[in-house]
Amino acid sequence: MSIRIAIAQCAPALGAVKRNLDMHQKWIARARAAGARLVIFPELSLTGYYLKDLAADVACAADDPQLAPIAEASRDIDISAGFVERSADAKLHIAQGHWSGGKLVHVHRKVYLPTYGIFDDGRYFGPGDRFETYTWAGGTTGVAICEDLWHVSTPYLYAAAGATIVLAPSASPGRGVAEGGDLGTAESCRLMDRFYASYLTLYVVYVNRVGHEDGIAFWGGSEIVAPDGTVAARAPEFDEDLLLGEIDPELVARERARNPLLRDEREDIVLRNIAGRLGLPFDRRD
Amino acid sequence: MTSALARTGVIRPDPKDPSPLRIDEVLVRKMLVLFIRDEIAKARLRRAVVGVSGGVDSAVTVALATEALGPDNVIGLFTPYRISSGESRNHAQQLSRQFGFTLEEVPITEQVDAYFHARTEKVDKIRIGNKMARERKSIEYDRSWPDGIVLGTSNKTELLLGYGTQFGDMASGINPVGDLYKTQLREVALHLGIPEAIVRKPPTAELWEGQTDEDELGFTYADADLILYHMVDRRLRPAELIEHGFDAQLVARIRELVRRNHYKRVMPLIAKVSLRTIGHDFLYPRDWEAD
Repeated sequence: MSIRIAIAQCAPALGAVKRNLDMHQKWIARARAAGARLVIFPELSLTGYYLKDLAADVACAADDPQLAPIAEASRDIDISAGFVERSADAKLHIAQGHWSGGKLVHVHRKVYLPTYGIFDDGRYFGPGDRFETYTWAGGTTGVAICEDLWHVSTPYLYAAAGATIVLAPSASPGRGVAEGGDLGTAESCRLMDRFYASYLTLYVVYVNRVGHEDGIAFWGGSEIVAPDGTVAARAPEFDEDLLLGEIDPELVARERARNPLLRDEREDIVLRNIAGRLGLPFDRRD
Repeated sequence: MTSALARTGVIRPDPKDPSPLRIDEVLVRKMLVLFIRDEIAKARLRRAVVGVSGGVDSAVTVALATEALGPDNVIGLFTPYRISSGESRNHAQQLSRQFGFTLEEVPITEQVDAYFHARTEKVDKIRIGNKMARERKSIEYDRSWPDGIVLGTSNKTELLLGYGTQFGDMASGINPVGDLYKTQLREVALHLGIPEAIVRKPPTAELWEGQTDEDELGFTYADADLILYHMVDRRLRPAELIEHGFDAQLVARIRELVRRNHYKRVMPLIAKVSLRTIGHDFLYPRDWEAD
């Protein structure tokens, strides 16, 4: 049976956590009213993206009372939202939490922190060090925060670990306005979503924000791409939108029966190659 | 039509091929209108002030502003000096009628001349031009009080070449057109319905009689834009451009203008003496807690 999810393509305020919490409540209420089982917010949805030195000012532990309203709101709808996590040893991370049944059930810390071009994540944040799946009503899921998704190994590792859904909360700045096509960033992202969905036979849920920060426009265009490569739902570019779509486990099963790439994947060869190159021991267990 | 993505790989630097400069005007228009609307709201302001010279850069800026904010929230300022042409005035008035914003005429001749009459040293025409540009900007800022923002009209070509007056025409609260080369801006202008006579006339700052940008610079915007596009946007080194047939002297000249005038594009340097210094390691976004 398919499950309805909602993407909150919103425009968080930069550094104003209280205002963003109120904004989240409104979107959560709308998603709940629309019958969604999960509402997903973009990267750093509770804080804004280009925080610079504000990162330390808005950071909190994953169990901080500041986030209690989100936990509370998750009693009857799952919520995936972004915040700045201060770890126990006081490192700052770009984090995406998943709240369900009133509790935080999973946190992913962004692993790949882009520090080039218009990005400076690595100056203000520490990297996460793992890609762990978790399971909720919609299925086994992995979270790839923005740049995480651009690294091919990220969705690969999730698929290998059994994920049927990759949630990709992003804060993607729109750029590239050459004639004769879509926004440059939009084209790249759509190619990526469709490729991963088709070849890893899973759902890619791309959640981008809108609005401006210091003159940079986030382009929206959130989408749900199904394991057969079709775009199940897509939000408009640059405008706020509550995008609804269905996740259908049957479709995953059908696609994997038709196209058993994952079943035939040779992780042992992948691992042996990498282990060999890094000089790590590798024992094959038959 | 080939997609931008598919086409990226085949863009070659070629002095005879200006096509890489072409942009999607519909998309750019949408992005710039949203930019103006959003950033003005974030600053908790309501109105925009634009110095309307009758030229294409300010024509595009004021047209975008009226679309973003409604014509009632836009003031255009035409600020002639005694040598300013009647054609400039006509064009500014034509834009006001077409886009519906209020155009105020504030002459700057008296104050500029009064200042220089009181000087005893010999005054270069560059100084007079700079004074005019700063005089105009001071009027724009005055008219922006209490709930307006001054919109910048410097395009990417001027900003990169440093072809403007620091804290004069280059000054603004926000600049919607600063990432568009002159030739791209003309495309947007035509898309916005700005009359051909304004789009096609030779660009001039009218800082002295008979001045045109291209005469003063010694090269055309078309040539400069293509070199800047490959050098800046596509990160080609000057030597690579020359290998591909671009004029070596022109490439060197443009590269030197970009380098020499970089100071005009950045905030003033602050001498660091304390533990935390504005601009060095006190780095907050400008849209700090903005809506």
